[in-house]
Amino acid sequence: MSNLLIKNGQIIDPANDINQIGSLYIVNGKINAIDNEPAGFKANQVIDAKNQIVCPGFIDLSTRLREPGHSRKATFKSETLAAASAGVTTMCLHPDTKPVIDTAAVAELIRELAGKANYPQIYPIAALTQKLEGTELSSMLSLKQAGCIAVGNANQPIKNLLILRRAMEYAASHDLLLMFRPNDYWLGNNGCAHEGAVATRYGLPSIPEAAETIALDQCLELAELTGCRVHFGQISCKRSVIKIHQAMKYGMDVSADVAIHQLHLTENDMVPFDSAYHVLPPLRTEADKHYLRQGLASGTLHCICSDHQPHDIDAKLGAFPETEPGISALETLLPLMLKLVTKHAITMEQGIAALSQNPARILRLESGALTPGLPADVCIFDPELEWQVNADNWKSRGVNTPFWGQTMKGRVTHTLQAGQVIHALKATVSQES
Amino acid sequence: MTKAIDNLQLNAEGKLKHFITIEGLGKTLLTEILDTAESFVGMTDQQIKKVPLLRGKTIVNLFFENSTRTRTTFELAAKRLSADVLSMSISTSSTSKGESLLDTIRNLEAMFVDMFVVRHGISGAAHFIARHTAPHISVINAGDGQHAHPTQAMLDMFTIRQIKKDFTALRVAIIGDILHSRVARSQIQALNTLGAAEIRVIAPKTLLPAHVETLGVNVCHNLNEGLKDIDVIIMLRLQKERMTSALLPSESEYFKCFGLTESKLKIAKPDAIVMHPGPINRGVEIESSVADGSQSVILKQVSNGIAVRMAIMSMAMQPQGGMQ
Repeated sequence: MSNLLIKNGQIIDPANDINQIGSLYIVNGKINAIDNEPAGFKANQVIDAKNQIVCPGFIDLSTRLREPGHSRKATFKSETLAAASAGVTTMCLHPDTKPVIDTAAVAELIRELAGKANYPQIYPIAALTQKLEGTELSSMLSLKQAGCIAVGNANQPIKNLLILRRAMEYAASHDLLLMFRPNDYWLGNNGCAHEGAVATRYGLPSIPEAAETIALDQCLELAELTGCRVHFGQISCKRSVIKIHQAMKYGMDVSADVAIHQLHLTENDMVPFDSAYHVLPPLRTEADKHYLRQGLASGTLHCICSDHQPHDIDAKLGAFPETEPGISALETLLPLMLKLVTKHAITMEQGIAALSQNPARILRLESGALTPGLPADVCIFDPELEWQVNADNWKSRGVNTPFWGQTMKGRVTHTLQAGQVIHALKATVSQES
Repeated sequence: MTKAIDNLQLNAEGKLKHFITIEGLGKTLLTEILDTAESFVGMTDQQIKKVPLLRGKTIVNLFFENSTRTRTTFELAAKRLSADVLSMSISTSSTSKGESLLDTIRNLEAMFVDMFVVRHGISGAAHFIARHTAPHISVINAGDGQHAHPTQAMLDMFTIRQIKKDFTALRVAIIGDILHSRVARSQIQALNTLGAAEIRVIAPKTLLPAHVETLGVNVCHNLNEGLKDIDVIIMLRLQKERMTSALLPSESEYFKCFGLTESKLKIAKPDAIVMHPGPINRGVEIESSVADGSQSVILKQVSNGIAVRMAIMSMAMQPQGGMQ
């Protein structure tokens, strides 16, 4: 019997409406009780979480770990270490690996890689269409049976709306969630920056908000038509927030997330031609950032994701439009969420719920809460601990982040996955009897 | 991108190190470039056209995109400053062989080059090279994507100043494909820095970037209205591929709406000058009789190009001991 006690921490569990200082008892990898010591409980391990927050482990809806196919950028080994150190206990993986996650074999390979990295809670998202080419349906049922948690087409376009309709109908038949990043390929026009003053000044190919909102509208209409459950990923602009809000008010079963960097950075923060700021969807305006924050506070946007995209150095070395988009984002996820709390954009409970309870509900996972009986996926963090984003403190293979060199406030001290300590910042785990 | 781009272009003493964009360079520096160019103009008319300012220096013209005029004037400018010049036209072939832009630069650096003059089809390429090249090397942007073409803008400013003397009273119209034009972006920045009274961009919406007014210009979609009270008319070249990408219906309709004809020229001030960065599409954006007419200064622009580029090259090499 393995018993673990986390004591003196401020336990915040939005799913159960708990926010109190107390003890968390973990027995055999499962949450057993809060404060009420189980009969005959004898701790093998005690973590003193004084002045720290104890909350459900984070569930990240949008990550890329670069295997299989791009191990030059990152590996399961490097990125699961990064995830563990960031308090992330569950990750969804986009299907744009090489090969694409469009067969059961590739899905099984991913589960195997996850097992080898001692980080089992990696869920592949199945390709919606074969090879992500947007023309023929993938074998969604087999993929679901092989462990895929949802379907999606990564950032690749679907050839036409008829195919999208059919794919959604088919996904709905097997009760599969569609994870959809709204982007009209043609309106996007291979752009690399928000269609605004900055792109105009620097002559950068630009992407209007309409590329997102039109694709969102179309997908909402098809969700209504097909009954497919849809989750919108990496929303970037004000009008998308308004449209999702309206759809929810109308009673549609839709949800949405926002990438953490979109809640902090705008086009005006971009250092001229610095590829660290090259992300898709692009960094937009102050008004967009404000609405995204409000959407999170009001519950229109349910989740925050890291949209983790580690890159090798070469991918970011070049003239801005020619570099690859994306930020290595797992490790700054928590401090950037906490910054939103400090700025009173959201409450601590909202921030934690957006990283645990809400994604669990959308994915229908038995986690994201500290309910007795659930696997003990737990994140313990010190909200005041300052650290610098530098090579000494960084685990991801990708150093492509615009926050490099900056001081962050708030750091994960322990991460537990099903009761196993998969990350401990310092030697605060003491052995008892 | 509010963070200062000029940190890259100027050295610790505020002197020109690279010349990537007009942005961030003050009026004093732009005026210094024009004044320096002035001193070279007289010289190029003489029998012996050379000065020894850059003797022993090696300049590499690195053209990833085709250009005859710009490359030739850069070459002549470098030769008249007594530098050793090497012109390389690098087609996309070497990049398709897998060599990155940075590899190309590093290889040339290893050959003890002092200055790169770079033209590249992607916005930000010159900036990227300047950021990553060895510290003793200067980079001059000879046009990058749709971003900037600052030497062209400066030779245009030089030509305008030669004829009109003072910028502050001038109303300037820039007509045509602003969206894809690095020349227009640099001209607008230079004219605003030098204090022009008004800059008007005249084009259909398909050829204007979003939020173009944020560049500090007035927008007009009608040539007849836009040419009123104008002192300087700058025509831009219209690329043929704009017709196939659904930006314009046809050359003839474009010429009808935005082509500069003799009768339309009369709408502008009687002493208005007509400019064009070249090469001209006769009968597409400009009528031959206007291009060759008395108000045209198009060829003057070309000859001024040499003096202005001499000025910029010698100033950028100054911190490296090019000009004592």
